[in-house]
Amino acid sequence: MNNVLQIVWLIPFLPLLGFLINGLGRKQLSKTLTGIIGSGVILGSFLISLWVFFNVKSGNTHVAHYFNFIDVQTVTIGFDFQIDQLSSLFLLIITGVGFLIHMYSTSYMHEEDSKDFAKYFSYLNLFVFSMLLLVMGGNYVIMFIGWEGVGLCSYLLIGYWFKNTSFNNAAKKAFIMNRIGDLGFLLAVFWLITKLHTADYHTVFANVATLSKTDIIGITLLLFVGATGKSAQIPLYTWLPDAMAGPTPVSALIHAATMVTAGIYMIARSNILFTMAPLTQTIITIVGLATAILAATIALKQNDIKKVLAYSTVSQLGYMFLGLGVGAYTGAVFHVMTHAFFKALLFLGAGSVIHAMGGEQDMRNMGGLKKYMGTTQITFLLGCLAIAGMPPFSGFFSKDEILAAAFQKNPLYWGIGVLGALMTAFYMFRLYAMTFLGKFRGTNEQEHHLHESPLAITVPLMILALLAVVGGWVGIPEVFMHGGHRLEAFLEPIFAGSNEYVKVHSTVTELGHTKEYALMAVSVVGALIALLYAWNKFSKYEKTDIEEKGLGKVLENKWYIDELYDRIIVKPIQSIAAFLNNVVEKKGIDGFVNGVGKAVNYGSRQARLLQSGHVGNYVLLMVIGILILFIVQLFLK
Amino acid sequence: MEIKYYIGLAVALFCIGIIGVLTRRNAIIIFMCIEVMLNAVNLLLVAFSKMHAAAPIGKSMPSVVSDAQIFVFFIMVVAAAEVAVGLAIIVMMYRNVHSVDVNFLNRLKN
Repeated sequence: MNNVLQIVWLIPFLPLLGFLINGLGRKQLSKTLTGIIGSGVILGSFLISLWVFFNVKSGNTHVAHYFNFIDVQTVTIGFDFQIDQLSSLFLLIITGVGFLIHMYSTSYMHEEDSKDFAKYFSYLNLFVFSMLLLVMGGNYVIMFIGWEGVGLCSYLLIGYWFKNTSFNNAAKKAFIMNRIGDLGFLLAVFWLITKLHTADYHTVFANVATLSKTDIIGITLLLFVGATGKSAQIPLYTWLPDAMAGPTPVSALIHAATMVTAGIYMIARSNILFTMAPLTQTIITIVGLATAILAATIALKQNDIKKVLAYSTVSQLGYMFLGLGVGAYTGAVFHVMTHAFFKALLFLGAGSVIHAMGGEQDMRNMGGLKKYMGTTQITFLLGCLAIAGMPPFSGFFSKDEILAAAFQKNPLYWGIGVLGALMTAFYMFRLYAMTFLGKFRGTNEQEHHLHESPLAITVPLMILALLAVVGGWVGIPEVFMHGGHRLEAFLEPIFAGSNEYVKVHSTVTELGHTKEYALMAVSVVGALIALLYAWNKFSKYEKTDIEEKGLGKVLENKWYIDELYDRIIVKPIQSIAAFLNNVVEKKGIDGFVNGVGKAVNYGSRQARLLQSGHVGNYVLLMVIGILILFIVQLFLK
Repeated sequence: MEIKYYIGLAVALFCIGIIGVLTRRNAIIIFMCIEVMLNAVNLLLVAFSKMHAAAPIGKSMPSVVSDAQIFVFFIMVVAAAEVAVGLAIIVMMYRNVHSVDVNFLNRLKN
């Protein structure tokens, strides 16, 4: 109990405090004060997280127990925070990237009313609070609280400009699709509690051996359903591109860097369960790969700058799931980290561009921004190189680690993965070239308005660009430098159980060094070719009115997946709802209720006629009554 | 005489009374029929009393022999008073509407 880490409650508490102050004082606080409070609390959390990280690094892990959250006869669920290698790493990502994005928002959202500005910051703080709860929780129940909290904040922030109906619909879509996944998660937690009478990570992972094969497969599949919802995988990915309706910093923080990686965190946290369920792993691999490819193909043809990034996020999340599926947990977490850096950078860069263009998001109307926005352009280029997997940028190391692990499992996985990586390089440089190269294609008014963004925007960009470049150096693969993969060494205790299990049960051999070099060379050279091709092709891009045909049209319309869902799910549900409304509700339930009233009314109208006023009738009825009583008394007894 | 003859007579009288009440419209005849029913019941009461006196139920009730007969006398006295009242009502009715037809007198309604 005397562990210094007992005070980690401060980390989520500070953002909660910021949420309360900004939320309650939104009518009084000035914009400057709101911005300082909103960003300051996150900075505070970040500093504590740093301290925690170094504590953990020197070997001090801790489960902080505060009180019993649920305490019934056989189940006790504590309000616990688990601080170990995995959670401390996520703490750094969330609070670090979160702080930069808060700082960025102070400038980006400056045109909002001070009331809305405070509302925005309070939501953002609440989001960080929930996300911290999610990664710090010491059991699945606390994780679930955070899990729901981030979903709520995502909904609130997507629908931040709630006067726009389509934005509201996007928010609702995100919320509902997440809810489908959440149900899976919840069922998995119930299943665990039923079998093991606990939801604590420690106890659960120590007792996995007592679970039957079916239990493990069922639980992991349900957890994975939860992850597909939160982390936008097939079939629940369509909410993420629509979530771009929110302000750009929100897209950067929630829909790229942190919340969508919650599913990866959850699976990495439960790695031992997943390692013991090969069937689930195969499913995760296939779903991850399919998502990576599908989203990448859609991104090839999108013209909205944020939509490209959104599909790219979905695609990158697919790679992380591929990593989880083939058992490269470190690789997946590594990619979460590098992706947080470069995707946040790209989104913030896109935000800077949108800001300069006065709200324009269509890349066909951009072009040639290079000479107006130097810093944005350079940082954006670095981000693109990182995501395209160019050495020595961060994306290269993490993506390569995942792909190498995929090759070990099955070369086909690797092949498809590399194909996706080529597409990534292509669409990112298409985006870059269409935005920054060539000549300006917008209106004169827009051109006049073009300017580099203020410091509050460019400083986070520069910091993130630095991280996007060097962030990968914590995980240099063995072939380049012996002991270079410091992240793997750091995370070793988390995945020790899985590694042990794999060593016993698997026959996969290590890749030879030559082979590994060859794989890297193929993906890098391929990506480079795709990159240069896109660069050449789209720096000379001219606006045309020719409509896309064939496959291009299909891709531009996102494989018609939204339309398909609309047809096979939304429409039938709406017609069922219409049926329930018009027939069951109006005719059935209303009919029954009104029918009772009508029957009573009619009955009493008829019964009234008995009171004719004729004494004879009354006497007759009386006699009949007496006769009935006689019959009952004499014969029916 | 066996009790069943008395019961038979009483039932017959009662039924005659009921049928009279139900079928006739003249208030006076209805009134008479009611009296017939009343007296059918009186007759039954006396008959049962006599039966129990002939075969006492237990030693505990030795003096029940003539109780019912006294009781019935009371009933008849009360009935006489009631007849007086009833006839008075019918007379008043006749004076008002010049009829003793009960169907005509359905003012209870409304």
